Amino acid sequence: MSVRVGVVLFPGSNCEQDVIEAVSALGAEASLLWHGDDSVGDVDAVVVPGGFAHGDYLRPGAIARFSPVMSAVAKFAGDGGPVVGICNGFQVLTEAGLLPGALQKNQGLKFLCTTVEVRVESTDSALTCAATAGAVLRVPINHFEGNYTCSPDTLAELRADDRIVLRYVTNPNGALDDIAGICNEGRNVVGLMPHPERACNDLLGSSDGLALVTSLLVAAGAVNQTG
Amino acid sequence: MKFSVVVEVQLRAGVADPQGATIERSLPHLGFDGVSEVRVGKCIRFVVDAADEATAAREVDDMCARFLTNPVIEDAVVRVEALVG
Repeated sequence: MSVRVGVVLFPGSNCEQDVIEAVSALGAEASLLWHGDDSVGDVDAVVVPGGFAHGDYLRPGAIARFSPVMSAVAKFAGDGGPVVGICNGFQVLTEAGLLPGALQKNQGLKFLCTTVEVRVESTDSALTCAATAGAVLRVPINHFEGNYTCSPDTLAELRADDRIVLRYVTNPNGALDDIAGICNEGRNVVGLMPHPERACNDLLGSSDGLALVTSLLVAAGAVNQTG
Repeated sequence: MKFSVVVEVQLRAGVADPQGATIERSLPHLGFDGVSEVRVGKCIRFVVDAADEATAAREVDDMCARFLTNPVIEDAVVRVEALVG
């Protein structure tokens, strides 16, 4: 049975179809999870996609975290289910307290729309378990608020626990310690600013994102088998 | 009783403020020298109905902690004033 991936749809999300396309091409069954629903249904993994959930009003993710579906996502994550937040989805997960830290405006105050190189720093997470440690991946970024920051204590913890899963090779946005992606203590919740779902086909300029999307499906499959 | 509330949200001390830094760098180009420590925040105004000023202030503090600010990078200065009439 194929892995089922739920993709959260807020008013203002705009990358949900990219995620559906990427996971479907790898044989997964994808469905949209409307933000007003209070359940994630029968899925094996959840993706919170990029965009401008609720218009990014107040702060990116600040309103989205109160959408009914987020309580269900938190419960799914608490039970060990793989949850990945991409770009705006990363911002939503930090606001929801599922990941530590916050995303600030980019250093230099420019909206960045380009392709960057990220290095896989840890393969012990739901988004990197099938990737190669140390591999450098070419993945697009597309954000204004991607400058990751956290308290010195949190940074020390992230480093000590090997929870910085992706780092920029060349820091584009001022992110602390070149952080492009982190995971939670359980390693099943991952947030990242780059868009692996848009780098899953050579026609799009890179297929390096496949290693990450495949990892998510592997992690979801593990849940499927044991759960 | 109605209270007028002003919440001034600002980045915590020590948190880099790219907007403030950009403004600070721009001002000398317009001839405004000697400006430093520019910080950009946001201001949220509303009216709250509460039994007394202390209750109103407590409620606004709770709003700040749970919603109006992101405590990781921001804090808030709150002003609560009774609305006359």
